[in-house]
Parts: sequence; C-alpha cells; structure tokens
Amino acid sequence: MTLRLGIPSKGRLMDKTFDWFAARGLPMRRTGSDREYAAEVDGAEVELRLLSAGEIPRELAVGRIHLGVTGSDLVRERIPGWEQAVETLAPMGFGHADLVVAVPVSWVDVSTLDDLDAVAAEFRARHGYRLRIATKYHRLVREFLREAGVADYRLVDSQGATEATVAHGTAEAIADITSTGDTLKANGLKVLSDGLIHRSQATLWRAKRAEWGAGEREAMATLTRKLRLS
Amino acid sequence: MILKADIRAEAETLQAVFTRAGAVPVEAPLLLSADTLLDLYGEDIRARAYTTDDPDRGEMMLRPDFTVPVVEMHMANGADRPARYTYLGEVFRKQKAGSSRPSEYLQLGFELFGGEDPARADAEVFALFHEALKGLGLRPVTGDMGILLAAIEGLSTTPVRKAALRRHVWRPRRFRALLDRYTGRAPQPAGRIELLERVAAKGVDAVLDAAGPESGLRSRAEVAARIEKLRADASTPPIARAEAEVLTAILSLKAPLPDACEQLRDMSVDLPALGPAAERFADRIDALAEAGLEPTELPFEASYGRTTMEYYDGFVFGFLAPARADLPPVASGGRYDALTAIMGRGQGIPAVGGVIRPEVVHGLRAGGRS
Repeated sequence: MTLRLGIPSKGRLMDKTFDWFAARGLPMRRTGSDREYAAEVDGAEVELRLLSAGEIPRELAVGRIHLGVTGSDLVRERIPGWEQAVETLAPMGFGHADLVVAVPVSWVDVSTLDDLDAVAAEFRARHGYRLRIATKYHRLVREFLREAGVADYRLVDSQGATEATVAHGTAEAIADITSTGDTLKANGLKVLSDGLIHRSQATLWRAKRAEWGAGEREAMATLTRKLRLS
Repeated sequence: MILKADIRAEAETLQAVFTRAGAVPVEAPLLLSADTLLDLYGEDIRARAYTTDDPDRGEMMLRPDFTVPVVEMHMANGADRPARYTYLGEVFRKQKAGSSRPSEYLQLGFELFGGEDPARADAEVFALFHEALKGLGLRPVTGDMGILLAAIEGLSTTPVRKAALRRHVWRPRRFRALLDRYTGRAPQPAGRIELLERVAAKGVDAVLDAAGPESGLRSRAEVAARIEKLRADASTPPIARAEAEVLTAILSLKAPLPDACEQLRDMSVDLPALGPAAERFADRIDALAEAGLEPTELPFEASYGRTTMEYYDGFVFGFLAPARADLPPVASGGRYDALTAIMGRGQGIPAVGGVIRPEVVHGLRAGGRS
C-alpha cells in the first residue's frame, strides 16, 4: 500500500526535508516532470505530495495525506483541536522559529506580559480603542494572552511584513515568528521576557484521520523501522 | 433524534412563566456589530462567536447571546423606564473541536430593567427561574460579585491598585497574581526594579533617549507617565495581610445563604467596607423568602460566576443538573448594572436577568442525552 506524504513544495524547507529523509536511508528520487517526486522504502511505497506549507496542516487534518512535514506553529494555529487530528512522529531539527510577542523598544516601561496588560488598559482609556497587536497567528496568540490574563487588546490581521506595522501606525505591538531577532531589532522592536508563545520547528506528523487499513499500517511499520522513529 | 420543533414547544411552555409575570416578548437581530461585542467582551469573543462580513457595515457576528441586543433596544427607547422582557431564539457559539455541544441552539431569556428595590428585583428573577424549572431536580447555586467588588473597594490601598484588581476580578489567576504582589508575597515583575533604578540614577529623559526612537502611537509622554506611576506604586506600602485574608476567605466562602450572610457580617469587622454589601445580601435573603423560597436551602458560593460570566457585577445564579457534569448549566443569570452604564455611555439602568437552555431541559425531561 502507498502512504501519501505531504512535504513543502519549495525552498529551504523542501531541501532540508529531502536531506532529512536521505540521511535516514530514504532518498527521494525525482520521477517524471519537475513537479513529480516519488520515494520507495523496501517494499513499502511512499508517494510524495508537494504542497505549499499552508496546505499541509489542512491536508493532515482531514486525512488526505497519511504523513506530512510542516512547522509545529502552523499545525497548532490551523488545526482546531490539533492533538486529536495529528500525532508528532519526529521533530526534524530545522526550520526553527519562535513565535513571540514584541513591543517597541521605546516602551522602556514594558518588559513582561504583566506590563503589556497594564499598558493596554491605559491605552484604551486614553485613546478610546483597544491596543492593537498585529499577527497572522490569531488562535495561538489569543489563547496565549488569555492564559496570561492580558485584556483590552485587539488582534489585527497581518499576513506579511508584520514587523513594519508598528512603524506604519497600524498596530502598537506584534506577535510574529522570528529566528534570529534581527528583523525585530531593525524595526525597533523587542521581545517581552515572558513573550515566547511557541518554539516551532519542522516536524513529521501522522494524520490520525487518514485511512489506516492493514496495508497502510504495514507500510507505516516498515517506514518507522527505516526512519528509527520509535 | 430530538426534533427542533419539540425543543421549541418545550421553550414556549417555559416562556409562559415569564409572560404570565408580565414580560413583553421581544425579538433581536441575528447579525450584531462585532465592534460592540468586542469592546464589551474582548478578543476572546472571537473564539466563541461566528464572524462574518457585511460589505457596508463591516465585521458582524452571529448573535452569541441576547443580552447585548436587548439592552441596546431598551436603551434606544429611553433607558430610565422599568421594563420586563422575554425572548426566545437561536444563538450561535463555536464549540471546541470534537465537542458534542450544539453550536446553534435556542436561548430563552428574561430580563428585568429598573426596579427601585434591587433585592426584590433579584428575588423576582430568581423565583421565576426556580418556578419555570421546578420538577427537574436541578441544583440551584447563587453568588454575588458585588461582595468581592465591595471588598476590593474597601482595601487600604491606592486607587490604581484597586482598579487593577477590579479589572481582573473575572480572571482568577491574574487576580491572585496581582494580589500576591500587592501584599508583598510575590516579587515585582522582572525588569521593573532595574528600570526604576536606572530612572533614579539617570532621570526619565535620559532613559527614554537611550532606548531609541519612538515608534507607534503610544507616545513618549505616555511612557513617561507610566514610569511615574510605577515609581509611585513601588513606594506604596503593601496591602495588610489581614485585609488580603478577608479577600481570600470571601473567595472560598460556600454556605447556605443565611450562614453565608453571618460569615460576611463577621468579616466586615476586619473590612468595614463589606458592611453595606453584607446588608444588601441580607435584604436579598429577605426578598427571596418573601418570594416563597426557603433561603436555608439555597447555596451560596462567592466564586460562582467568576470565570464564565464576565459582565455580571452583583447577584448571580445558576441551575445545574446534579448527575450530569457533561451538561452546561441549564440556566444562568445575574445582575449587570455596569454593562448598561457602559452601553449607555454613562447613563445606566439597574438590570438583572437570565437565560434557560431549552434543549437541555428537553433532554432532561425525555430522560435521554440532549
């Protein structure tokens, strides 16, 4: 039986994914045209689906692919009740990115979420609207801030160049992924000391809702041995 | 399979209790302005309400609750008029992934605006719900957010600290963290002492200059003003242990109403500001007795309603199915004077009311799972 494996369709994430599987004795061999790939494991076949990073969580959630490679940030953000839908098979050690809350460096009085909450209350009283936090990770940020007891903020959607929203006056703070912090610094932003929402990395997932018949389970067992997953 | 028509019939039977008591049936729109709801409930409402877009009116939400549109309707027709309303219609709530709870269901409600005598109004509402739900074997529970709010008001500390505690009264963990800091049991947040030392050594302007250019809408003056507030707060003496202990005692208070009242009166020796709230509590007990209820059979839990009922600021109540922890409360309600004041831009009206979930009542009567 063939297991369908969704992997990122371009860029460093795709290259690193190929490297990761190759290093575990599972070289991925290109077949047919540029866009077609296939891989084989001692008798158990794995069919690759090249998908955009954003599609992989969705395909995993509904079980159209058995396995998938994507960042843990996207899985947690995009799949409601992700623990019921997917199982972590292996953190892959690349694609590291931290989802953090950051505020302007000029806010010398703000270094924690506690400060952010107090400032949000003052901001609302003074400006008449809730302090705006720009992000594309709405669910993760909202849950994180609720846990921390931060109130009187408003999430504004930002699908790109989120760091620039503060300078442009469309947000007061941001919640975004950063790998080195350089972009934040260049935009006059700093991370709150307790502002780490999620430490993300590329991860190999198993879709619980995919079809797992005897054939697929056998193929999975072979793959598990090969990849030394358990 | 449970038919919607059966649930509606059940709801209409229940509603007759409210109309007999003089409540005027009212309707409310299904699409509500997202801005109004977000301003009242905060960003968390997005996790619970369905959002949609209107090309002209902007972001809208499918009615998650009747309270806001009913208050809006009442205020639009002149706020200072007493009124009793009842409503019955669909509400929409997102449920957690995998939850078996419905995401659209009928909500039946009763709201009482005005009333010279808040104790009597509270008792009237509670007695009506008690009557509508009798025979179902439900466990009533009552609480009073006003007690906790009065206790906060009575603390010997600065208005800034009281405001912070009041603001987080519905977020128990955050409330506890603030209280621990204000009593000196927990340290200042990371970085604050260091900031205040730098400011003391170099002056506010030098510290702000060193931080880099201003960006965003929060101005340098706002930052400087908050630093001033932090300096004042750092030299504020801690809240006395005895006062904080009264707060803790209130939060864990669980007793039948008359007992609870006695305990609150005892506590007001240590925190005199609690006195008037305890007397209002006693008045409510009398009013409940006058309405035909037996106060010794009504439990009081001071923390009830603290996590789920954000806008209630006085009497709160619920009716729970004792053997069915899987079910949401069959009914819940309370007093929300402050909400009407916010929505009426300062011009409020005393208001108390509650809702019943007819589908849960129907399920209990049918003896099956709803």
